[in-house]
Amino acid sequence: MYETTYHRAGSVADAASMMASAEDGKYLGGGQTLLPTMKQRLAAPTDLIDLAKIVDLHGISEAGGAVVIGAATTHAEVASSAVINSKLPGLATLAGGIGDPAVRHKGTIGGSIANNDPAADYPSALVALGATVKTNKRELAAEDFFTGMFETALEDDEIVTSVSFPVPAKSAYSKYPNPASRYAMAGVFVAKGADDSVKVAVTGAGQDGVFRVGEMESALSSNWSPEAVAGISVSSDNLLSDIHGSAAYRANLVTVMAKRAVAAAG
Amino acid sequence: MGVQGIGARALRKEDKRFITGKGRYTDDMVLPRMTYAAFVRSPHAHAKIKGIDASAALAMPGVEAVLTGEQLVGDGIGNLICGWMIHSKDGSPMNMGAWRALEPETVRFVGQAVAVVIADTQGQARDAADAVVVDYEELPAVVDMSAAMAPGAPQLHPEAPGNVIYDWEIGDEAATNAAFDSAAHVTRLDITNNRLVPNPMEPRAALADYDTAEEHYTLYTTSQNPHVARLVLSAFYNVAPEHKLRVIAPDVGGGFGSKIFIYPEEIVALWASKRVGRPVKWVSDRTEAFLTDAHGRDHKTEAELALDANNKITGFRVKTVANLGAYMSLFSSSVPTYLYATLLSGQYDIPNIHCNVKTVYTNTTPVDAYRGAGRPEATFLVERIIETAAREVGMSPAEFRRKNFIQAFPHQTPVIMCYDAGDYNATLDAALKAIDYDGFPARKSEAASRGKLRGLGLSCYIEACGIAPSAAVGSLGAGVGLWESAEVRVNPVGTIEVLTGSHSHGQGHETTFAQLISERFGVDTDAVSIVHGDTDKVQFGMGTYGSRSGAVGMSAIVKALDKVEAKAKKIAAHLMEASEGDIQIEGGELKVAGTDKKLSFTEVALAAYTAHNLPEGMEPGLKEGAFYDPSNFTFPAGTYACEVEVDPDTGKTEIVNFVAADDFGKVINPMIVEGQVHGGLTQGIGQALLENAAYDENGQLVTASYMDYAMPRADDVPSYNLLTTETICPGNPLGMKGCGEAGAIGSPPAVINAITDAIGNNHLSMPATAEKVWLAAQPGLSQAAE
Ligand SMILES: Cc1cc2nc3c(=O)[nH]c(=O)nc-3n(C[C@H](O)[C@H](O)[C@H](O)COP(=O)(O)OP(=O)(O)OC[C@H]3O[C@@H](n4cnc5c(N)ncnc54)[C@H](O)[C@@H]3O)c2cc1C
Repeated sequence: MYETTYHRAGSVADAASMMASAEDGKYLGGGQTLLPTMKQRLAAPTDLIDLAKIVDLHGISEAGGAVVIGAATTHAEVASSAVINSKLPGLATLAGGIGDPAVRHKGTIGGSIANNDPAADYPSALVALGATVKTNKRELAAEDFFTGMFETALEDDEIVTSVSFPVPAKSAYSKYPNPASRYAMAGVFVAKGADDSVKVAVTGAGQDGVFRVGEMESALSSNWSPEAVAGISVSSDNLLSDIHGSAAYRANLVTVMAKRAVAAAG
Repeated sequence: MGVQGIGARALRKEDKRFITGKGRYTDDMVLPRMTYAAFVRSPHAHAKIKGIDASAALAMPGVEAVLTGEQLVGDGIGNLICGWMIHSKDGSPMNMGAWRALEPETVRFVGQAVAVVIADTQGQARDAADAVVVDYEELPAVVDMSAAMAPGAPQLHPEAPGNVIYDWEIGDEAATNAAFDSAAHVTRLDITNNRLVPNPMEPRAALADYDTAEEHYTLYTTSQNPHVARLVLSAFYNVAPEHKLRVIAPDVGGGFGSKIFIYPEEIVALWASKRVGRPVKWVSDRTEAFLTDAHGRDHKTEAELALDANNKITGFRVKTVANLGAYMSLFSSSVPTYLYATLLSGQYDIPNIHCNVKTVYTNTTPVDAYRGAGRPEATFLVERIIETAAREVGMSPAEFRRKNFIQAFPHQTPVIMCYDAGDYNATLDAALKAIDYDGFPARKSEAASRGKLRGLGLSCYIEACGIAPSAAVGSLGAGVGLWESAEVRVNPVGTIEVLTGSHSHGQGHETTFAQLISERFGVDTDAVSIVHGDTDKVQFGMGTYGSRSGAVGMSAIVKALDKVEAKAKKIAAHLMEASEGDIQIEGGELKVAGTDKKLSFTEVALAAYTAHNLPEGMEPGLKEGAFYDPSNFTFPAGTYACEVEVDPDTGKTEIVNFVAADDFGKVINPMIVEGQVHGGLTQGIGQALLENAAYDENGQLVTASYMDYAMPRADDVPSYNLLTTETICPGNPLGMKGCGEAGAIGSPPAVINAITDAIGNNHLSMPATAEKVWLAAQPGLSQAAE
């Protein structure tokens, strides 16, 4: 790790002003991506601005048909939240399947989506559930927030403050983990909204990060059952291919995971 | 802890310090004025070094020195050696290229050290290492062993034309060919044994301290064999004569073979500490461990098995190519030869065996012994082809094995080994019963009703432990003897210190060795301490690898105990005015048989040291040493039975039951043995399902972190069902065989045999990743998953 200066922010405004005066600053969430990257000397921020202790960024609340999760909420908190287990069971499953217990007790939803790893789990949930990302500057629809592999609409000094999820009628997530990293090789989040609209979002498989599968969405709109998606396969053209799985294998996993997610959603 | 003898499930004495974070590892050692080393490593798999510019690095804060290969060679530091000479079948010695601890001319694998920075802090050393500018001229690289032997391939070493190190053979080729000519059935199989990264929990480390006044070096290092390290460092690397070099291997967090070898970093740390006049510490990070710890396995083999009309095996013909990487590591040459091909008879009575082994250089990390070292490669080959043959001739794999088992001992195989004792039916029967072999068809159809493919695979492994005897291995090319030494010191108060040349880095010697003393003298295990890992304390030792610490290391202790006991009995007889032959040791006391006369062990010890009243002419003290050189290898063997369920939708394999029935001879501590087997099985299952060191065509290690190198985790393996049977090893006083590697040796073929049984397709290579299994399970894609 290169030398860096650590700052603990007390509020969102405090963090933003620390960032403004840093030469090449970075926000620190749970550090589960940023710190390993720094240890490998692949990132060298002059200043680390820790968001983890900002009270306003914590907590899970339900209001007006939506569940709002503060950006510094850990994966473990999401996985064990009573509200989320009853309203967004798919999201609880997802958070409970991220990494290992150590990662889940440090890693945050804000950090995960700001990083937008193409194999990260959360992006699929945000897209399938039609979530809204709130920052210290604006609100963004999930599909506008994620712009490509490791790319988001965030500006360098912008802070994710919370994510708001409309409560769906049904939701579930099914993931095939990479055997080494346990990130998703293919993770499929299916959701049927309160208005009966269906969304199917896939993570881990796409070259450009999370994507929706329109054909599965229309099939499920008319017939919400695993069989409805069993025969639908995504083209492997834009899928990732690596030592863990070819694009063709990932395409197969997308169909299998979609089937299992629909079955789990009931 | 009380008296806990042989067979007791004694809790491990060392665990208190490990569990409470009080272990003392090399990186915990801190010396005054200590500096840190950071290595400048090649980013290229093959390149000429045109120049090294260290000026920017030297100007950075805290930097003491930047040292290069030119200086190292100039100071007379010797090239790395390979300690086992192998001759090709034409009689020529192996073709060994020069390996320097810092390379001045040509780098041959990614991660090879070309310079070292010594600085006040680790951060400063690393920053400065980044600032060393090396001018490379890239050369074409070759990573695949077949490609390396092809005409026109990039050449790694001028000493090895065509990149071939040796072309070796064992067995009677003509007789074997004749067996094939008259065979009723021939089974053919091509096998790849995947390359693995050892991954001990503690990465390698070295702390070197040169004392300018005494001209003496101390090296703390992560070694499985500190005396061998001292020997090699002084005899071949010219660091210092042995009496001016102390090597300490304190607590060591796992080795699996990778810490047998003396690597460039340890040599450089010693040399640099004299150069800069301050202690030098180097601790490998995980990336360096992936790139520079010697890898394991990496074979390609074509094999054929000949059967007669009664399904008895008549011949086995094997052609293996082994990838040794860019340089010959310390024992690399012995692994694919004498530690591999000598076990190709397995548990079977095979009259004719011939094996040809070629080893090649490639632009990859050097390959050497890794848990099992040659025996897993042999076992995987034998047990895969046996299973395949049974399927081809339509016999039950269990019965086919039984029919061909060796039944009488000693048994001389056609490939050097003479098996001393065993009962292969006993372990097979135990495993079949435990896995409910007969009930398998019902379980398979039940699984099918859930959409799962269920399969059962067997592996009847044999291995050789306690590598020996010294004269025999010497005649086969070994550069060292393979005995062990021990010293037993009874203190005046009756407590006992045992100094051993074995080295514990996870094996629990502090407990099992103490149990041996406790059994022998009836003393509390807490009254015994085991001293190891320091060349200034222990006179000499060959270290721990090849599951030798029990069969060889403890046998040396037994010999020393025999001498201590004889002397103690003489003293007791003298004091109690009895005849020596009437003295019996029981419950910590020396008694005169048939009387109530007795002395405690402590009283006898004290008498030995006060020396007020000793038998005429006896020297004071109660301390004895012994060397033990075994007469043969030991031959642990067993049957592993693995049952899997494959999800045909994803190709994911779940191991639903795993039975290991092992014959380890005499077991000292069943709990520790079970721990060894658990670890070994998990490593073997890791090899079978998950682990693979993959290079791209440019020689970059693609799996250089845990993000891509899949280590087995608790949820990848089942709760094991372990059984033992016992045939006593006749070759050593305790009847022990060894248990440290069996799990890793025996399990991979059991897993692959089970999966291929489940999917009905025999073409499946390791690691059997979900994608490969998914492909192989597709109807009509029989070759796809190779
Ligand atoms: C062993 C391991 C296994 C893992 N497995 C999985 C897995 O299975 N699935 C998965 O999805 N992820 C996995 N992860 C990643 C984990 O979920 C991380 O927690 C997550 O990717 C990053 O979150 P963090 O809070 O740790 O962010 P950090 O690492 O602290 O930061 C990541 C990036 O986000 C930025 N950032 C952080 N918070 C904010 C904010 N509020 N606003 C704006 N920018 C911010 C940082 O500046 C940085 O660029 C794994 C990580 C590890 C180490």
